[in-house]
Amino acid sequence: MSLFTLSALLLLAFIFFYTANYMAEQTDATIEAEIAGLKERYKVNGLTGLTRLIKERIARKPTGSGLILLADQHFNVLVGNLSRWPDASETSDGWLNFRLEDKGWGEDAIHKARARPFRLIGGFHLLVGRDLHDLEMSKRAIAKTLISSLAFAAVLALVGGLAMTGSLIRRIEAINQTSNEIMNGDLSRRIPTNHTGDDFDQLSENLNHMLDRIEMLMEGVRQVSDNIAHDLRTPLARLRNHLDEVLQETARAGGDSECIERAIQEADDLLVTFNALLRIARIESKNRVEHFTFVELADLVRNVVDFYEPLVEEKNQQLDVFLSPGAKVQVDRELLSQTIANILDNSIKYTPGNGNIEVRITSEQGRVKLVIADSGPGIPWAERNKVFQRFYRLESSRSSPGNGLGLSLVYAVASLHNLDLKLESNNPGLRVIIVFPNLDQSAQKVNPLPIG
Amino acid sequence: MRILIIEDDSQTASYLCKGLREGGHVVDHSGDGQDGLFMALEIDYEAIVVDRMLPKLDGLSVIKALRAANKHTPVIILSALGEVDDRVQGLRAGSDDYLVKPFAFSELMARLDALNRRSDSDTVQTVLQVGSLEIDLLSRKVKRDGKVLDLQPRELRLLEYLMRHTGQVVTRTMLLENVWDYHFDPQTNVIDVHISRLRSKIDKDFDKPLLHTIRGAGYCLRAAN
Repeated sequence: MSLFTLSALLLLAFIFFYTANYMAEQTDATIEAEIAGLKERYKVNGLTGLTRLIKERIARKPTGSGLILLADQHFNVLVGNLSRWPDASETSDGWLNFRLEDKGWGEDAIHKARARPFRLIGGFHLLVGRDLHDLEMSKRAIAKTLISSLAFAAVLALVGGLAMTGSLIRRIEAINQTSNEIMNGDLSRRIPTNHTGDDFDQLSENLNHMLDRIEMLMEGVRQVSDNIAHDLRTPLARLRNHLDEVLQETARAGGDSECIERAIQEADDLLVTFNALLRIARIESKNRVEHFTFVELADLVRNVVDFYEPLVEEKNQQLDVFLSPGAKVQVDRELLSQTIANILDNSIKYTPGNGNIEVRITSEQGRVKLVIADSGPGIPWAERNKVFQRFYRLESSRSSPGNGLGLSLVYAVASLHNLDLKLESNNPGLRVIIVFPNLDQSAQKVNPLPIG
Repeated sequence: MRILIIEDDSQTASYLCKGLREGGHVVDHSGDGQDGLFMALEIDYEAIVVDRMLPKLDGLSVIKALRAANKHTPVIILSALGEVDDRVQGLRAGSDDYLVKPFAFSELMARLDALNRRSDSDTVQTVLQVGSLEIDLLSRKVKRDGKVLDLQPRELRLLEYLMRHTGQVVTRTMLLENVWDYHFDPQTNVIDVHISRLRSKIDKDFDKPLLHTIRGAGYCLRAAN
């Protein structure tokens, strides 16, 4: 905008000076023309004729801006509308610039004037000029006009600029906002378009097409892994059953079944992984929770804690539980149980013997909050988002049992229920935080089918 | 046991029949719901295994018809549909248990045994007993050889379930579902740890072990023979 103002200023200044210059030149030209006329009369009619002409001119326009003076050799006034010969020295190009004064003009008592002196044959001095007051007034008027135009243009530019920037910013904001929502997991969102076909619309449309493609690809990937899990599950189950037959036969024949048992264990582990994959896939494919019930969170958590206590005891860990009663949440009981179980399972597994684990129900800004914290190795900051990926395992955990799907399920369930899921450092250790939406909010967001 | 299998997939059917026969059971088979229903009504089976998806008449309808005719034969549903909804539907139709395909054969065997036992005990028992181990369900006290054992509530619940299925193979899944009402696979085999803790309380200081591990299948509480 400043660029615009500067160029406007330059343009207007140019206009002003050119106009002023032109007007000055016109004035001078008029004066020259008058002189030429007067000189001619003097040549033809002599002094008398000139004097008469001058008198006529003054009589015709007594209040005009034309100045005319005829003086003798000693600069005494003969005829004219000036009281005396001006007190000024000629400029290099033969002009006089002087001031006029007349008390009758009131406030503008002093006017600028410009005149051409001329020596006539015979020694007489002729002066023809102009009162520049009107000219000056015009110049001032023009300047004022130009400046107000400039100011007006500047204001327009400012307002227009703001408006355009404002709408620009709004469009960009819309794109940013939608992008954020998409990155937060809602791949179904699309950037709104104005249907004006302008550059922003085209950008938005292109981005939307990209998102369509990504959504399709992700759906494809999900379907593939679902299909794999589904199709491989049955042959695997059959394999396990055959191994079981061999086990029975071996047992009957009194042989050593250890190898077979280990094979069966491996097959069982594989089946568990497949089932977990399918379960996660099913949860992700839902856009709403189907079996909402009101659950006493303390009861649900206590059951899970109870279930895992033997493991805690085995590792001689310290498990502290703070379950405030009365915290109610609206969830799928089964899914939430498994979620908490997975988190607790991880804490117990990765925290060394004699370590500490804490399970606490509190509240945050009126919302129910569940915290599961341990004194284990924690999760490095750089990997905090990656651990939710399927099969992702930290380097340090690769030797521990586990298939890398535990947190994937946690994430899927949290997404489905619109829970706030956070991983933080427990200094040392891991702190898993789940904040539940307000009861009325969760009802609104996920449109449940309540169980009677 | 005399068992009826109503399953239209020939591969599954032949596998099940073979396995069950080898286990010493008498097995009949039908490939569609209509025929299966007739057989179930005519003959007194001790257990029926029904697939949900059947030609002519689907599994749930077979069960409903069976129950409507006042036949209380224990029924297990086999189904590829494993959602909570599906399970609830199956149980509401009148089945006694629900097994999701694919399943381990040992799982089916264990559950069939459990069904059989369930239909036996109609009388309400206040004392459960296996060998020298007994639970008084009213006072919630556990004794072995007269000595009172200190069990936590969950250990008692676990023991109670095992005692109600004395002599039968109880799979981990059965324990998970019936003692904790969980229908998922925990990442770690927590059940094993529960069992070993229980074992240390009821078996360790005594001469005859009662709680046995059945390799590849689960656990079994029985007086040693």
